[in-house]
Amino acid sequence: MQLRILCLAAVAGLFVAACDRPGKGGDDASTASIANPFPSTYTPYPSQTLLITNATVIDGAGGLIEKGSVLIEDGRIKEVGTDLKAPNGAATIDAAGKWVTPGIIDNHSHLGAYPSPGVDSHDDGNEISGPVTAEVWVEHSVWPQDPGFTRALAGGITSLQILPGSANLFGGRGVTLKNVPARSVQAMKFPGAPYTLKMACGENPKRVYGYGNASTPGGAPYSRMGNVAGYRDAWIKATEYKKDWDRFNAGGGSEPKRDLELETLAGVLNGEILVHMHCYRADEMAQIIDISKEFGYKVTAFHHAVESYKIADKLAEYGACSSMWADWWGFKMEAYDGIRENIPLVHNAGACAIVHSDSDIGIQRLNQEAAKAWADGKRMGIDIPIEVAWQWLSLNPAKSLGVDDKTGSLEPGKMADVVIWSGNPFSSYTKAEKVYVDGALMFDRDDPASQPVMDFELGQPGEGDRK
Amino acid sequence: MIRRMMISLAVLAAAPVALAQSVVVYGEKVWTGTSQGTLENGVVVVENGRITSVGTAPARVPAGALEVRAEWVTPGLISAFSRTGLAEVSGVDNTNDGGAGKSAFSAALNAADGFNPDATPIAVTRLEGFTRLAVAPEAASKLFGGQGFLADTTGLDGSIFKERAFTYVLLGESGASLSGGSRPAAWASLRGAFDDVRFFGARYMSHNDGNVLTRMDAQALMPAVRGEQLILFQASRASDLNAIMDFQEENPSLKVAIVGADEGWRVAKRLAALEIPVIVDAFSNLPASFSQLAATSENAKRLAEAGVTVAIVHLENDSHQARLATQVAGNAVANGMPFDIAMKALTSAPAQIFGMTDLGVLAPGGRADVVAWDGDPLEVTSAPVAVYIDGESQPMVSRQTKLRDRYRTLDESERPMAFKR
Repeated sequence: MQLRILCLAAVAGLFVAACDRPGKGGDDASTASIANPFPSTYTPYPSQTLLITNATVIDGAGGLIEKGSVLIEDGRIKEVGTDLKAPNGAATIDAAGKWVTPGIIDNHSHLGAYPSPGVDSHDDGNEISGPVTAEVWVEHSVWPQDPGFTRALAGGITSLQILPGSANLFGGRGVTLKNVPARSVQAMKFPGAPYTLKMACGENPKRVYGYGNASTPGGAPYSRMGNVAGYRDAWIKATEYKKDWDRFNAGGGSEPKRDLELETLAGVLNGEILVHMHCYRADEMAQIIDISKEFGYKVTAFHHAVESYKIADKLAEYGACSSMWADWWGFKMEAYDGIRENIPLVHNAGACAIVHSDSDIGIQRLNQEAAKAWADGKRMGIDIPIEVAWQWLSLNPAKSLGVDDKTGSLEPGKMADVVIWSGNPFSSYTKAEKVYVDGALMFDRDDPASQPVMDFELGQPGEGDRK
Repeated sequence: MIRRMMISLAVLAAAPVALAQSVVVYGEKVWTGTSQGTLENGVVVVENGRITSVGTAPARVPAGALEVRAEWVTPGLISAFSRTGLAEVSGVDNTNDGGAGKSAFSAALNAADGFNPDATPIAVTRLEGFTRLAVAPEAASKLFGGQGFLADTTGLDGSIFKERAFTYVLLGESGASLSGGSRPAAWASLRGAFDDVRFFGARYMSHNDGNVLTRMDAQALMPAVRGEQLILFQASRASDLNAIMDFQEENPSLKVAIVGADEGWRVAKRLAALEIPVIVDAFSNLPASFSQLAATSENAKRLAEAGVTVAIVHLENDSHQARLATQVAGNAVANGMPFDIAMKALTSAPAQIFGMTDLGVLAPGGRADVVAWDGDPLEVTSAPVAVYIDGESQPMVSRQTKLRDRYRTLDESERPMAFKR
């Protein structure tokens, strides 16, 4: 129960988490190094050559094919079309009446870091010990046995970003995972994905540090202007740190001392670490944009972004994504102006729109969240084709995580992260039937043997979702 | 004294029903919730705040009636459990009257005293087809949260049509925590409180000498103890549900319902046999706590199959998002619950649990809470096009729709946004 309260507090923005990891994941992701000391050990599970036919195919890049086919070979998308022939020995699935889409990517999850069950001992999602904790990496909190991963898988989630909470100005590094059950978080890490940095605007930092714990003032920041001073102060230090290292790397002087916190911030200034920033209010996003210009970095995505609709034009011009809920609102002051049309209004302004969850429940049906936003947009005269709206669920989040060259759409050569749905995924009644990660069947709704059950659930009265 | 209080409650319950314009609502599908089933090309006629006929086209059109056409027509939806109207911004304490952790009182806390018909979540909830609410206080000082009420969603003075409709009691891990730290402590509090009520005269007439409750709390709990008022328990673990059922069997006159009940499917037969209805959030399918280890997305379906009366709600952010119960019900259907039962879980089941007479179905003589939809009400892509409460057409406007319309275009070349209304 107390855990549940903590989770709600996180939702309500009591916690700010940021997660950043050193930027040099690169293609060498499997080799440990100073820049990458916790390399990915993920390798795709065995898959077979598979031809899916007769489906309504959303290719994720904006196209829709009726009676379409998808050919998967060696864990990759080989071809998408209408009259594909099964290679010799290939398995085939006649998906008449069903829909096929790229796997959904949630770029805002706390699974593993705030796992189920939500007991105090599992409260690992936010290092709230100080307003600047860029030195922490959320992957060191991720418990791969969180049953939430399997529920998300059943909802068609094939990749996800785990972020620290939002208590801090700089919360630490985030990590991008493939949604496969594993014994270690390294075995889930998305190979080659860049690290990210979680930052947070607004109420959470000033509440947690300024007037938290019933003491006034508790410490900086106490106010929104204190937040901004805190960001700028840290960026000034990071700029100096980067200069020292640039000088050293150019062959000058003694080796500077490593500093975990500044290493992450310098990674942002080097363009190697992507900034994901929790920010509800439009006016605050406008200020953050100026700060990013002052110090020469870029905000990749504003998260929650409940007021993005008020500055969608400016967000389009700047080039940041907004990672949004369909309809959450009112749980805190900075969420008061939430409206159901936020996502379509952002999309309509030409800005990058993403549907995110921030919830172990919401992540199970992000397709429905997108459907709500899509329908509300249509109702106000913003008529977006479903196949275009689907980009909110896979290609745009892939871009925000720097993995859109590898996944996020059904284009030849990409990872075969694929979902077969029982029908139109923009319906309450539709279920993910089969979920493939790199071509390997990781979830099959019709086959209990293909439904993962985490260690924690084993031997318990539930043992998965549908015992 | 007690009798006088009961009489004043009865007066409160008989709020007058406004006279309204006649309306004829045509639906390609009309879900009645009665033995009429779902009518193709159905018609609902509303006169003087009441439904006067439900049938198929053509219908008798009263003189001067407004005619409305929609894809689907349903009874007004009923939210079986929320804090709607008790909080404007849930995280801003001064706007949140849901619970009072520092209060000396518990069962006597009357949630109706905190209800604000102007709260913006009311219009937001009404716009999604909900016309009636069962609103519960939070339990914050003791496991007794206090007195819940029933209201409409007109947002007008007099929206509450029944105060003290039920007593809310929080058990399980939370109730344990509020009682000092264990389930035994919670049950000692509950049994002690019942004794306080039963021996009211001896314990309170000359002294304030209850084991658990203050005099006011004991007074407030009296109707529930006597079986004259519904007790709504919240609990999830199967053993907690069994303990509630044991208690009900020891006290057969009690009227009991349970909210939460994530492990309800494991004790469904017994719930059905004791005719204890449950209010569930069908999204709950994670072992989010050690009291929800058997949570499953099939809970609602399995309970209904066993013959339990099931209402469906959305429990997260319950002051603002009660409206998502339609999505929850749609997902219950996706997980095997028949559509009709899922619809009843949003209409006639909550009406039955809370004794809302003449509500929750489309039937001649019933109160005219009617919703016209642009599609299947359980589809996430559908929304109401018209909402009637007691036959009165409701404004389809909220603070959210006004913000939407202000920012529909971002052109400030002539004047700032603040001039757009």
